[in-house]
Amino acid sequence: MNWAIIFETKNLILFGNGIVTTLGLLFSSLAIGAVLALIFALLLTGPSALLRWIVGAYTYIIRGTPLLIQIYLIYYGLGQLEWIQARWDTVWPWTHFKEPFFCALLAFSLNTAGYTAEMLAGAIRETNPGEIEAAQAFGMNRTQIMLRIVLPSAMRRTLPAYSNEVVMMLQSTSLASAVPSMIDITAAAGRIYSDYYLPFEAYMAAAAIYLVATFCLIGVFRLLENHFLAYLAPRTH
Amino acid sequence: MNDYYIAILQGAVLTVGVSLLALLVSIVLGLLGAGAKLSGHPTLVGLATAYTTVVRGIPDLVVMLLVFYGGTIGLNHLLEAMGSHATVDINPFLAGVLTIGFIYGAYMTETFRGAILAIPKGQMEAAWAFGMGRTQAFLRITAPQMVRYALPGFTNNWLVLIKATALVSLIGLKEMTYLAKQASAATRSPFAFFLFTAALFLVYTTVSLYALRKLNDRYSLGSKRVQL
Repeated sequence: MNWAIIFETKNLILFGNGIVTTLGLLFSSLAIGAVLALIFALLLTGPSALLRWIVGAYTYIIRGTPLLIQIYLIYYGLGQLEWIQARWDTVWPWTHFKEPFFCALLAFSLNTAGYTAEMLAGAIRETNPGEIEAAQAFGMNRTQIMLRIVLPSAMRRTLPAYSNEVVMMLQSTSLASAVPSMIDITAAAGRIYSDYYLPFEAYMAAAAIYLVATFCLIGVFRLLENHFLAYLAPRTH
Repeated sequence: MNDYYIAILQGAVLTVGVSLLALLVSIVLGLLGAGAKLSGHPTLVGLATAYTTVVRGIPDLVVMLLVFYGGTIGLNHLLEAMGSHATVDINPFLAGVLTIGFIYGAYMTETFRGAILAIPKGQMEAAWAFGMGRTQAFLRITAPQMVRYALPGFTNNWLVLIKATALVSLIGLKEMTYLAKQASAATRSPFAFFLFTAALFLVYTTVSLYALRKLNDRYSLGSKRVQL
């Protein structure tokens, strides 16, 4: 055991950079994924059968294949297509496909959007019919009912499932280390392993960081649930 | 070009092998964990809680790398300390099966615990009244009914487990993801190979989903369904 090396300034900085990359990937993919998920969920519960089918097929494929393969498809696969090769030197947005961070971010965002869309669509479908009838009785139209009644309640009810998804996403970001030149927490540990031949210490340190991050996220979501789902809690007095 | 597709198909056999063996390990660990959590014995409950909390808080990939690389060095240090000069290499197949089994054992523990708790208490009391022992009551009363309650969670865990087997390619097991990556490097046409592998995974998850749905129908026979 040689824990002193982990705590050398150089290696602490390496892990620090890893944490910044991991959290950056996590929060940006969650933000992009949430916007996409909202659109997809509205399409999944919307009136158009064709759009329902297309989005349904999308979430089915995203949820049925490993994230690692989705990352490989975007990072290695898209770069092979001549259509993109012809554009990625000059034409925005294709220039980004040369950057590993962008490719990882795209893969994570599309992935979390697929899972979150299904959760949100489920919550929208389970909205109490009485609430919608009441809104119709008030003379609200479809958009108004969505914005004022269904979405605020459905988003709250998705919170417990979404907290699981966020924790899963944090752990999934470790796959970014499979993309060369990305230094997230796992890749930082990998570098310390190869520099000092200390795999046990390096990966244990990474595991500890992930564990702390997981507990922090769970704590934050517990606070959010106490706040936003207080009206659903059983009566205590 | 075609040879690569055939190689990936052969890799698929390995993927199925890793996932099924890992499933077996995870079911055993899950049953042990659920038993420990429900035993009421403070040490056992503490151990099982630590197991499920820690494992579910760390990425699968990190656990896998820790077991594969850390475990190899640990074993070799141990052998050296015992005065042996032999060095061992952990087989990636075994490491993959054991780590995936170990990780999903934690998820199975929670699924099985919930399923056992969902069985009405009176059932157990009736079994005791009939004079059944612990083992008999488990095999005759708990296990068959548990399947009904555990199947939805089990299905989810199984689908996630299948997808986790792609990670074993990162510790060098030549399953389909690994072979697809190798084929891409050799032919410089990664898109088709990764798409093919993704399709194979989709077939695997679809077939599993279909089979487990049939099983679910079989086990839900006789349970009341309420129509809203």
